[in-house]
Amino acid sequence: MTGSTRAQLTAGGLLLLLVWLVVYPIVLVLLQGLHGPEGWSLRFVRLFLERPTEWQALWGSLWISLASVVLAAALGLPLAWLFARYDFPGARVLGAVVALPAVLPPLVGVLAFLFLYGETGFVSLAVQWMLGLSDAPWRLEGAGAVLLVHAYSMYVYFYLFVRAALASLDSSLLEAAASLGAGRWRSFRRIVLPQLYPAIGGAALLTFMTSLGSFSAPYIFGGGFRVMTTQIVATRLNGDNELAMVETISLTLLALAALAVLRGTHAPDAPAAGRKGTAPARVVVTNRGVRLGLAALAWSLAGLLLLPHLTLLLVSFVPAGTWTIEPTPPVYTLRNYVTLLQDPVRARPLANSLWLATAATLAAVTVALAAGIVSVRRRVWGGRVLESLLGLPWAVPGTVFAIAIAATFSVDAPWAGRFILVGTIWILPLAYLVRNLPITSRAILAGLRGLDPSLDEAAASLGAGHWRTLRRVTLPLLRPALLAGASLAFVTAFGDFVTSIMLYTYDTRPVSLEILSSLRQSDVGVAAAYGVVLMLVSSVVFAVGAERGSAG
Amino acid sequence: MTGFLELDNLVKRFDSVLAVDAVSLSLERGEMLALLGPSGSGKTTTLRLLAGFESPDSGRVIVDGDDVTRVEPVARRFGMVFQHYALFPHLDVGQNVAFGLESAGVRGEELRGRVARALQLVDLAGFERRRVGQLSGGQQQRVALARALAPEPRVLLLDEPLSNLDPTLRERTRRETRDLIRRLGITTLLVTHEQDEAFDLGDRVAVLRRGRLEQVGTPDELYGAPANLFVGGFVGRSSTLDVTVLELSGRLARIAVHGAEWTVDTPPGRALPLPGDAVMLVRPESLRMLAPEPGAISAVVVARRFVGPHALFTLKTESGRTFETVGLPDAAHIGEMVGVLPGRRAEGGIHLFQGDRP
Repeated sequence: MTGSTRAQLTAGGLLLLLVWLVVYPIVLVLLQGLHGPEGWSLRFVRLFLERPTEWQALWGSLWISLASVVLAAALGLPLAWLFARYDFPGARVLGAVVALPAVLPPLVGVLAFLFLYGETGFVSLAVQWMLGLSDAPWRLEGAGAVLLVHAYSMYVYFYLFVRAALASLDSSLLEAAASLGAGRWRSFRRIVLPQLYPAIGGAALLTFMTSLGSFSAPYIFGGGFRVMTTQIVATRLNGDNELAMVETISLTLLALAALAVLRGTHAPDAPAAGRKGTAPARVVVTNRGVRLGLAALAWSLAGLLLLPHLTLLLVSFVPAGTWTIEPTPPVYTLRNYVTLLQDPVRARPLANSLWLATAATLAAVTVALAAGIVSVRRRVWGGRVLESLLGLPWAVPGTVFAIAIAATFSVDAPWAGRFILVGTIWILPLAYLVRNLPITSRAILAGLRGLDPSLDEAAASLGAGHWRTLRRVTLPLLRPALLAGASLAFVTAFGDFVTSIMLYTYDTRPVSLEILSSLRQSDVGVAAAYGVVLMLVSSVVFAVGAERGSAG
Repeated sequence: MTGFLELDNLVKRFDSVLAVDAVSLSLERGEMLALLGPSGSGKTTTLRLLAGFESPDSGRVIVDGDDVTRVEPVARRFGMVFQHYALFPHLDVGQNVAFGLESAGVRGEELRGRVARALQLVDLAGFERRRVGQLSGGQQQRVALARALAPEPRVLLLDEPLSNLDPTLRERTRRETRDLIRRLGITTLLVTHEQDEAFDLGDRVAVLRRGRLEQVGTPDELYGAPANLFVGGFVGRSSTLDVTVLELSGRLARIAVHGAEWTVDTPPGRALPLPGDAVMLVRPESLRMLAPEPGAISAVVVARRFVGPHALFTLKTESGRTFETVGLPDAAHIGEMVGVLPGRRAEGGIHLFQGDRP
């Protein structure tokens, strides 16, 4: 068997695997929504269309996502501009601090907001006390609360993307514009802005899709405010399976439509110019007053952005039942952390999340790497299809995938490719794997594309076979991309809540669900301690990913 | 079939483009052959067919009587120096050079010894622990050469091996590369678009154009007896002028050229065009300039480029055709009317072609 036949066979196998794991469950959901107990029917579609609450939920999902994009952009763009263009005391440190909301998994962010701005949150109590009110000044509930959390956790996309784009701007382009008589505003509008479009478009798309699939915030803070993700879970818990399937379909369609529209507005790939030059030098602010003002503004902003992290840390030191009416906790101990590690019931979720995320990450990296190599390096037939399948789960909200996978793998029909995995330890790693494929493969495919193909040919001309080339040349050079992809996948899986809430069993309960149940038992200290652990593990994994990545 | 390396009627098509069109070449053991052609002429594809990175639609590659057409690149034992060197950036110099030897199972003391010897060949003894990124362009080129040579390949392939070097460095590196390959006696095929490089490195030069071989020969043959107008124009400086062939006798031709009548002596070995319209290709050094006189082409000097001991003059005929000749720097000044005649030793510098191909 020649190398190319082997590559083609691998591609075929991967294609089958992805169709089975990615496409098949969604198709099954579609069929189940159109299939009642008596055979084919549009009964559930009609039911869906007739219920105003369904329309409310769909509309809620759409507008909250659009509003999240606008708010996140309004926060992220000025920050990106500020930190990419100006130099003032502390700019370097703050530039990193501003990206820190990224280390809070969605549920943990929600938890921190609850401790800060909830009815008995620090900020709420402080405002209540200062204004001498008898009740909390606001209720952290409804669309406003969801939007607040979204804006806080998603402006980071705009900040990071646009800052990177600004850093790769070629200063000679601006100099050329200036020499051609363009003023500041004109060169911003005609030169800078067009080069930022891809970054802004990418961030907008990512924010929109993340908001559309967002579950934690509406689940905890939603109150009477309906969005489709929480609606699906509620309907399903009600036992209206078919209706839940129709809801799932509607959310998928909304996601795909949004994707099509936003992709359309995407500027074509950034012109290749501007890659080689040097970024414009930062403006060093020399005016003393402005300098101090900027620094003060930036530091207070950083404080505001770090407040959730600090709150979480603070609450995690508060033992259960010791903090009732005081504005700040009276007692601080390490007891919550000790419980976390020593109580077998409490330690279990940590161990679970660790192995689940590790297994899912390894699997995702393996699949993405194999697919990337056959598609990018060996240029097999069907490589493009393979790459689209890897990216597909990204376009489908997490709740939808959870439902689809739950529906597919709760039936024993081996001839139809369906097995009973729901209720076993395998269902969560499988679901995490599917959800992780897009981010992992994006990093790995980009890494592979960046490798000079003549390195492979050089290895071949020096007598190295495929395995030796992979081991000695491709993998070492791909290390930054592998680590980046793996760290993203691990962090996502480790903090996952959306998929887990639909598929977990008591034995495989991950940290996120333990946080939820601690919260329900008013055990806020333990919930916060779990949150801190999630936050720290995410930070460490991100740091290792970035550090090792750039060192290679 | 007698050569050590034979390319037998190779054909390679990419979609509808015929990249390599029935190319046959034969290299003696130890011979260096340069494939010369403009970009898109199929020279790199030919090299990749040889290396095994592409497989031909038809035709064969034979080394030492061994048909390797369907052999994977891994098993061909051809060494290759890539245009951008393709040095493994994560390995040091020694590990790069050892890579091919390790594939062949060489280990331990022998490996170290052979790496050291390969580096010594390219004058980089003791560079084993250097990182590739710390080397200059010329050093990287030499590491690439050492890496390709270390496993003692049957054939060495060079893809534009000097194109990434500074012009000042290029000539020295070219000389060193040539001397080294000569000394090792390894059969070598190199691809280049630079005539100087092809002439300096190749025992013979094969000129490719749109996938077809136009001519194979020594540098002297290509310059002195180009097979067609393309080779004549691609190799060395030249100008073309429309002429009418009036009469032929032996190798002598009487032609009408821009108001003058010349008798020119053409090199042997190629059929002369029939009487009628034809194209004359002239080397600048095969013309001489003098005061306007009957029988000479009258032209005006429109540009003069100083190149040291002599100058290149661009002349324009009354009908507006421009062509070049050389002369002493003070032979004429811009705007002067001159007469042009064939040089006294013009043999090999004036060629007549049927005017059918550009």
